[in-house]
This record gives sequence, structure tokens and C-alpha cells, in this order.
Amino acid sequence: MLQTKNLTYTYDGQQLLRFPDIQCGKGDKCLLLGQSGSGKTTLLHLLGGLRQTTGGEVLINEVRLDSMPAARLDRFRGQNIGIVFQKAHFVRSLNVRDNLLLAQRLAGKPTDTGRINELLERLNVGDKLKSRTDALSIGEQQRVAIARALINRPAVILADEPTSALDDVNCEEVIELLEQQASEENATLLIVTHDGRLKSRFSNQIILSDTKL
Amino acid sequence: MNLFKLSWKNLINKPLATLLSLILFALGVGLISILLLLNRQLEEKFDKNLAGIDLVIGAKGSPLQLILCNMYHLDAPTGNVSIQDARPFMNPEHPLIKKAIPVSVGDSYKGYRIVGTTTDIVELYKAQLASGQLWEKDFEATIGAKVAEARGLKLGDTFFSSHGLVDDEGLEHSDTEPFRIVGILQATGSVIDQLILTNTQSIWKVHSGHGEEGEAHQDTVVALRDAVDQDITSLLVQYRKRNFKTLNLARNINESTNLQAAAPAIEINRLYDLMGTGEDALRTLAYIIICVSGFSIFIILFDSLRDRRYELALMRVMGASRGVLLLMIILEGLILAILGYLFGMLLSHLGLFILSDYLEEAYRYDFNALLFVKEELYLLGAALAIGIGAAIIPAVQASMTDISDTLTEA
Repeated sequence: MLQTKNLTYTYDGQQLLRFPDIQCGKGDKCLLLGQSGSGKTTLLHLLGGLRQTTGGEVLINEVRLDSMPAARLDRFRGQNIGIVFQKAHFVRSLNVRDNLLLAQRLAGKPTDTGRINELLERLNVGDKLKSRTDALSIGEQQRVAIARALINRPAVILADEPTSALDDVNCEEVIELLEQQASEENATLLIVTHDGRLKSRFSNQIILSDTKL
Repeated sequence: MNLFKLSWKNLINKPLATLLSLILFALGVGLISILLLLNRQLEEKFDKNLAGIDLVIGAKGSPLQLILCNMYHLDAPTGNVSIQDARPFMNPEHPLIKKAIPVSVGDSYKGYRIVGTTTDIVELYKAQLASGQLWEKDFEATIGAKVAEARGLKLGDTFFSSHGLVDDEGLEHSDTEPFRIVGILQATGSVIDQLILTNTQSIWKVHSGHGEEGEAHQDTVVALRDAVDQDITSLLVQYRKRNFKTLNLARNINESTNLQAAAPAIEINRLYDLMGTGEDALRTLAYIIICVSGFSIFIILFDSLRDRRYELALMRVMGASRGVLLLMIILEGLILAILGYLFGMLLSHLGLFILSDYLEEAYRYDFNALLFVKEELYLLGAALAIGIGAAIIPAVQASMTDISDTLTEA
């Protein structure tokens, strides 16, 4: 579960952003909507422990991220937070399977090829195990990226504009997969987007506006 | 998927750049290593061939040439000395000289030198007979192990000597008796392995142009001393005891006779000094190559960081700490250095293996390509240090990657 209280962030000590409190329960699926420049990505990075907050609290499974020492935060992030980005990126020198093995390894989890096979099968890219990541189509890449976000059974999945680069068919598919897989793992899913196509799908919506003070 | 494997995959993802630094590194390491090997083995050979010889007495000329010709059998003679001039030093009652062994060189058989001398020389090099016996009568020869092996000579084989030290059929001394092989020596690792030994009189007879048959002396050594109007090339001298008198002896010979006396230890040190200059130049070149290769490792790693910034941020997202990224880049530098070192070792030892054939032809010295020297271990230490040194700046930079900024930029 994911929670924020009075979260603020200052860009270069000047522009102060104040974010609304977020409350996403275990297994909930939330949509965070906002226009470009509203600080969506910044918020996602704060939630993922990728950026240091200026004020307020970020809690994941009731553990505060904002005051965690750096090395512990890295480990915590690897084990409890899965992130899907707008554009899928991978370690280019590794194939699909090795990228997923790396994700397990870096999170300090034992490597489990069974889990990798199972996830890729579930996401319909089971035959891409040995492929180079840059040989995959955009849709396949996004699926593998979802598999990577899920690999360590995270408590929270954060998705940053996961559909904005995709056409309607792929958009539908990817969002369905995300929802479905999050349910399967009983993980909290938070999608940050300005993609209007998603509005109708989620009842739990947070609108990001007037964050700048 | 451990870090080592990841570093390795990152390197082979850029095969050409990786290969270039490997080649540079291997060249530098190989050059230094082969210098170390040649140096060590040459010194060992030279030292072994000193054979307890304190002084070489011969004709005036270059003292180094005198030593190289008569002890190492590398150079041409400085000239001849008459047996009358040499006689005083061959007196067994001489107060300073324990042993003076006459050496006559100038003839050869198929590239191997024929040395007219006394059987004392065998003791000097601590050589043992493998088969047969030492030479006694004229035109009997005992040959070194290498000569026997290289020219396929057996006991009882006969051959004509050839004038000069190069193999030339036209200069064969075929108007005299042929030499007959009566003994073969065991290998000693010293220069005697490369020699064909006979008595001094045989050399004289070959050069007087007609064999004087049956000039039966009871003792060939006494006969040698008593000969008149004959020349030898040099005397190899062992002192009874080294002291100021022996120093004076050498000086007196040089100042007041038409002979020259040279101390091998001094001349060989002079030779090392001469070689040292060339060696220093090569070594400097090798260090420069290694530095350039270290720099190329730095460039590769630094350059790849630009391409991999997003990957590095991604790894942080997946749970890698700053330390893991630091370690990954250091490992890449280390892998390059270790591989470069191994290729360099292969290069030098393989090179020596190939070179040893040529060196043996040219200098009659064989080199062992499988010998490893302690300094090569220090070289490994230096290689590791260069690997780490070249990687440290890129590694620190990688570890400083700001996750959020990098992800936002892309």
C-alpha cells in the first residue's frame, strides 16, 4: 500500500511543488492524472524513492522512504517497488532473460528462472527469452518491462505514462496486462498519466493541478 | 547474472574498442615480459659460460671481442699469438696461474666451431662424456651434445673441417686427414655443447697443409708447449688465488708484452651496460605503450558511460546501490587489464618460442620459452593497478549518476 502526507518538493531551491495526499490501499488501482508540467513525473520519482523529498512523508507498506539511508533505500526499492516507464529501456548488452535475472540479482533476491519463464509466458512473450532487447517490437518491449517491474513481487507498481507511446490497440492491451498482473500479485498499482483514454477505466482517480505555489 | 558476467557482456557489446585496448595492453606487457625473459636467460648463459675463467690472454685488439670469441664463441678472433709468447703462462710451476688452457679457433664444421685445445677445457665446463672418450691423438674429436644432435653426428663419423667460422663448402680443408669423432659430451647448457673439440696440433696440421704422420709425442700437452713457430688464438687462465699480484699480472701483460689480457667479469659487465642502453629504450617504449593502453581503457569506459547513463539509472531503479555501479565499471577495467596481461604473456612466450630457433642459429644460444620469471608476477600487479587506475574516474562518475535526472532527460 502507498501513502503520502503533505508531500513537497523544491526545484533548485526555487519552485515549490505541493502534492495532494495520496492513499492507495493494498491491491488498489489508482490513476494519477495531470497535464504536462504538472509535476507528475517528479511525483512518481518521489514515490519511487528516486528523488529526495523536500518535506512530507512517503510510505510504502507503512515504511517511510523519505528518511531511509541511501543504500537501504536502493535495496528497498529493488524489492518493493516495480516501475514501468513511458519508454521501455533495458541493459542493452543483455538479452531478455538476463535483464530479468539482473533485476532479481540487483534487488538481492535469489535468481529464479522459473519465475521469469512464468511471467514472460503470462505476458505472451515467452518465446523472447533469448532475444536481444532491441530486437523486440515496442509492444513486446513494454511487456518485458512490465515483467521486469513485477519480477520481485513488489508491493507497489508505479507506471509513468505507460501507454502514451502506444496506439489504441496496444494501449488497451498494456493497461489490461498491468491491471491483471497487479491483481495476480496483489500489488498496489499507481498509473501516472495524461492519457485521456484511461480515465474511464479507473474509479480511483487523483487529479494533479495547481501543485505550484 | 552476477556483476562479473554483466561487466563482461558490457565489454563484448563493444568488441572493436575492447579488442583495441586489449591489443595495446598485450603489446606493452608482451614487450616488457620478453625483455625480462631475454635478459634473465642471457645473463644466466653468460654467467654459466664464465666457467671460473679469470683471464683470457690473446692478441691485442678489443678486449670484449677477445672474450666473446674465446669464451662465448660469438665473435671472430682478435688475431693469433705465437706459442712462444704464450709459453711462460703455460708453465705448470707458474706462481699465480693454476691452469692455462690454449684455445685455437678459426675452423668450423657446418656452422659449429672446431676448437683446438687440451682436455682441461672439459673440466672447466664440468662436462661429462655421454659416450666414447676424450680426444687423444691428432684428428680425434669429441663433440658437444648440441653439435651431435643438430648435425646428426655419431661416434666414428668423419668430417673435414672448413676454413673460417661460417659454413662454406668451398673452403673445406680436404687435403688432410678427416676428423674422426671419438666421443660425445653430455649436454651442460653451456657453450661447450656447441663445440667440436680436438687437440691443438690437429688445427696446426690442417693449416700447414700437409699431414705430418706419426709424429708420436708421449704427452700432447708437453709437445704443445715445446712447439715452435706455431700460433694459438688465446689462453684461458685460472688463477691459483685472486689477489693484487694477479691484478698486476694482467696489467703487465697489457703494458709490456704484445699480448692482451682481458678479465671476463669486467668485459661482460661492459657488455651488459651496452645492451642496457638498447634495453632501456625498448623498455621505455613498452611503458609508453602500456600507458597509452591504460588511457584507451579509460576512454572506452568513459565513452561507454555516455551511452549507458540510462542503463545505469535503470540499474539503480532495480535496486543497485552506488557501490554496485562503481564496482561494475572497476571490474570492466580489471577484466581488460587481466586479459591484456594474459595475451601479453602468451605473446612474449610464444614470441620467444619462435625467436629461439632464430637465436640458436645466430648465436648458438637456446632460450626456454616455458621459463617464467618472478618479475612477470610484478608485471601482473602493475597491470591490475593500471586497470583499476584507468577505471576509477569513470567508475566514480557512474556511481554519481542521478537517477531521476537521467530518467527524465531520456
